[in-house]
Amino acid sequence: MSQTAATAEPAYTTARERPPSSIVGPWAWLRANLFSTWLSTAITLLLGYLILRFLVGFIGWAILNAIWSVPYNAQGVPDTATCINAKGTGACWAVIANKYRLILFGRYPFDEQWRPAICVVLFLALYVVSAIRWFWRPVLALIWVATLAAIGVLMWGGMLGLSFVPEDEWGGLPITLILATFGLAFAFPLAVLVALGRRSTKLPAVRMLCVLYVELIRGVPLISLLFMASVMFPLFMPEGVNVDKLLRAQVAIILFAAAYLAEVVRGGLQALPKGQSEAADALGLTYWQKTAFIILPQALRLVIPPLVNTFIGFFKDTSLVLIVGMFDLLMMGKVALSDPPWQSFSTEVYLTLAVVYSAFCFAMSKYSRGLERELGRAHRR
Amino acid sequence: MSSTAADPRLVGARVAPRHRIRLSWSDPLFRAVVWQVVIVGLVALLAWYLIGNTNRNLTARHIATGFAFLGRVAGIPIGESLIPYDPAVDTFGRALVIGILNTLQVSVIGIVLATILGTLIGIGRLSGNWLLARLTAFYVETLRDIPLLLQLLFWYTLLHNLPQPRQALRIGDAVFLSNRGVKLPLLEWQSAHSWAVLALLVGAIGTFLWNRHARHRQEATGVRPRIWPMALGLLIVLPLAVWAALGAPLNWEMPALHGFNFQGGGTISPEFFALLLGLVIYTAAYIAEIVRSGIQSVSLGQWEAGRALGLRRGPILRRIVLPQALRVIIPPLTSQYLNLTKNSSLAVAIGYQDVVSIANTTLNQTGQAVEGIAYIMAVYLTISLSISAFMNWYNRHVALVER
Amino acid sequence: MRQSIVVCVGALFASLLQAASPLPAAAQGSGSATLDAIRARGQLLCGTAGVTPGFSLPDSQGVMRGLDADSCRAVAAAALGDATKIKFVPTTVQNRFTALQSGEVDMLSRTTTWTLAREGNLGLEFAWVNFYDGTGFLVKKSAGVKSAKELDGATVCVAPGSTTELADADFFRINNMKFTPILIQDLAELQGAFLSGRCDAYSTDSSQLATFRFSQGPKAEEFVLLPDIISKEPLGEMVRKGDDKWFDVVRWTAIAMVTAEEKGVTSQNVDTFMDSKDPDIRRLLGLEGDMGKALGLDNKWAYNVIKQVGNFGEMWDRSITPMGVPRGINNLWTKGGLQYAPPIR
Repeated sequence: MSQTAATAEPAYTTARERPPSSIVGPWAWLRANLFSTWLSTAITLLLGYLILRFLVGFIGWAILNAIWSVPYNAQGVPDTATCINAKGTGACWAVIANKYRLILFGRYPFDEQWRPAICVVLFLALYVVSAIRWFWRPVLALIWVATLAAIGVLMWGGMLGLSFVPEDEWGGLPITLILATFGLAFAFPLAVLVALGRRSTKLPAVRMLCVLYVELIRGVPLISLLFMASVMFPLFMPEGVNVDKLLRAQVAIILFAAAYLAEVVRGGLQALPKGQSEAADALGLTYWQKTAFIILPQALRLVIPPLVNTFIGFFKDTSLVLIVGMFDLLMMGKVALSDPPWQSFSTEVYLTLAVVYSAFCFAMSKYSRGLERELGRAHRR
Repeated sequence: MSSTAADPRLVGARVAPRHRIRLSWSDPLFRAVVWQVVIVGLVALLAWYLIGNTNRNLTARHIATGFAFLGRVAGIPIGESLIPYDPAVDTFGRALVIGILNTLQVSVIGIVLATILGTLIGIGRLSGNWLLARLTAFYVETLRDIPLLLQLLFWYTLLHNLPQPRQALRIGDAVFLSNRGVKLPLLEWQSAHSWAVLALLVGAIGTFLWNRHARHRQEATGVRPRIWPMALGLLIVLPLAVWAALGAPLNWEMPALHGFNFQGGGTISPEFFALLLGLVIYTAAYIAEIVRSGIQSVSLGQWEAGRALGLRRGPILRRIVLPQALRVIIPPLTSQYLNLTKNSSLAVAIGYQDVVSIANTTLNQTGQAVEGIAYIMAVYLTISLSISAFMNWYNRHVALVER
Repeated sequence: MRQSIVVCVGALFASLLQAASPLPAAAQGSGSATLDAIRARGQLLCGTAGVTPGFSLPDSQGVMRGLDADSCRAVAAAALGDATKIKFVPTTVQNRFTALQSGEVDMLSRTTTWTLAREGNLGLEFAWVNFYDGTGFLVKKSAGVKSAKELDGATVCVAPGSTTELADADFFRINNMKFTPILIQDLAELQGAFLSGRCDAYSTDSSQLATFRFSQGPKAEEFVLLPDIISKEPLGEMVRKGDDKWFDVVRWTAIAMVTAEEKGVTSQNVDTFMDSKDPDIRRLLGLEGDMGKALGLDNKWAYNVIKQVGNFGEMWDRSITPMGVPRGINNLWTKGGLQYAPPIR
């Protein structure tokens, strides 16, 4: 460092300078993400145009020009002339306003519909409670049993002053939730047993049976199982034993779910290091003690995200019972549409049902992804 | 010590005594045998009980059994079939075969289209363009949350809103779009066309062989001969020449509006189209996820190495990342193909005549429910077991040879 | 551990045997297993469609109304003495026969056509025809079609698994015409396809076409029922084979209703006939003869039927006539129709 005298020192400012706007800031973000290359620019322009046109059209159809209610004539029959005239330009949400109770609760007696409404709330509460990590202990099984029993009492009635409502009058969202939840509740123990059986080395006959079961059920579509249950079940039972339709569909869904869940649980069992099993053997635990206290808790924790994904699949698959004539949520939507004044408004009804299903499935898949991230944190290097 | 065959230290060593089973509960082999007998016995008892009941019920009700109905004249009309069918003459067996062909038709086309669409969306999800990435993410998220049956019904009722045949949308005088489907002109197939297709196949094989030869030349000498003139000649000029030499027939059967509907020409029915659309759009969402996770499973170092070599995004993806990603992608992709094939059974809800739909009609007409459902299950089991066998073979074929 | 296994296996066996508890066996008084089961249960299980206006459709209070429903109520009145002791089990085209075969329902009153194949193959038999019908076509008036012979090349909506699809295939073949069938199992979806214009014509039993057209309300004018009837569709009540006494009960209940109409006995005036001198009416109402005992029923079986459900004509007037369908061949034989009651003697 020379000591030259009297050269003008560069003027260092103490004021903070902003970073160059070509690197940081909204314009830079746009350039990097939307307009980085010619191809990207072209895609952005095309997609932007299409999205704007679609959004403008959709908002106009669904909100601005929509008909929210129609007048009723003297006999209480709705007069849908305004809706029919607006077809194509405006949605007819009046069909939902008119039919929402039919779609949600089916032909359940009108005055008792508070009971299935409470059952839906109980189901939601059950899902939320099962999702909270604090509850992952044996008491959860008790909570499930108690809630499902309460739901059974509410839906059937016949005790505690509630009037009896037979199963053929149930319908709509409670049926969908019942099929999915009871299906999972009963399929899960069966799936664990089948997965353990499939991995057993000492009992080859049992392994063969489990493999046969899983491959058979996974190879056929759910529709054929539902057909088999609805049409052939009465032939399987001895004379005079009548199984009602809901139970038949439920058994078919349980068998189907158990096969898929067994594969998921088997994946978890395989992912567990062999050392755990060997350490348990070294401690002198019997097979069932080892499985119940060491293997299963770890394996099940590993497979909770795929388990939730499989449950989402079953929740959607319950809509197939419409083909065997059961009145779940989708079937009630179609029944609502078969009423002559409302026959041409299927788009509105299907969109609403899609929103309902999406709400459930999106919440569950978001939860499963969050869980995956959280549980995988420990394993990620 | 690598050889264990003639290890001198083991000569004269004691061999472990063979386990002799003792009839005591403390012997693990005895316990295993007893448990297996009990469990298999219980399952066999249950099966015997159910089958016994079924037999008893069937005979008590005087219900016909057996597959003799497959030889009976069907009488049921079928909307679309790939092979000729006459309800007055053809049997139930033939009708069911038509159902299988329809199922395979929609499954194969659906698999091809879903793979293409799914791969594009999966790659789009990873693109640098924020709008494209978000849009494809939204697509995948939403479509996986809506039941397939609901989507099928939605598309089917949407296709009902197309105009009537008399007010059909048209492209020239050849292609018509109405609520009866898409009507296209159909080529009148002659032997010259078959020969031309054969020539195309020969040309494709020739191009493949020329490609291999070019690659060997490149590895040997460093100079790659030009492929495109040979490919052009083999794939385009050769079939055209064969076709022209055999008389160059080119007759189109045009659809024409007679009375209610279009006669002549080829049809893509709304039922087929709605089923295809629903299946492709739904399965593409799952395939997009699989492709995306497969590409992301390839370590970042491969991308960086490619960039260090001066390659751009496209070639890196095509030549370096995708071949490695395929190993991760193929197994779940195959199970999605299986799902698509099984989901095509939902055709029974919208009136497309696949095997479930026709078997359903058959079991209603003949009253033989057990045989009808057994037929459906046998068909799907055959399809899924063959696809699983293929997947197992492929997995073994590309499995990483590890230590 | 060992004892618990034995206990578990034993419990499983016991529950299996429990579930297999059979019906009370046949020949327990009335000679009919079905009738005994109905009496033990206290309720008749009637298989209906539940979706067909005029035949079986619940009204706004949820009570099943229609010709099929009333036919079942008549049998309940005859067998149990009370027409309200009945449960309507909804059946689809797919599971209607297995429901009857398996015992899930006691009788099927579901606009089912009487054919040889069904009687021969299914182990079921037809007790009586309560509606003589035929297959017809419904088209939109805008199509300008006047007869079924002009439907060459048309697309026709038909329910799969019915005799209609067989009849249509035969009709179009015999007349050298072509048609494209649209076969959708779900009735609402099928009708929606016709209403939206996917099909040119909707084909099923012409009575159901008439009631469907009627149920469209103000839009009924847009549809026209073609005059051609292309097949015979006698719609009847079905029971299982092997229970002859029950077959007799169902058949003679229907015959009693036709006899009542022949004799002019209605639900309103049946009590005034209690002192009639006409021997046919006296036998019908159980005032003489032991007709009820011969069937295994109470002697007032026909009286209960007529009083609680009405005669055949009343049943018609309640359900079908408001829909604009004329009696036609379903009238009494004395008025040019096909309903002819064998004598109750």
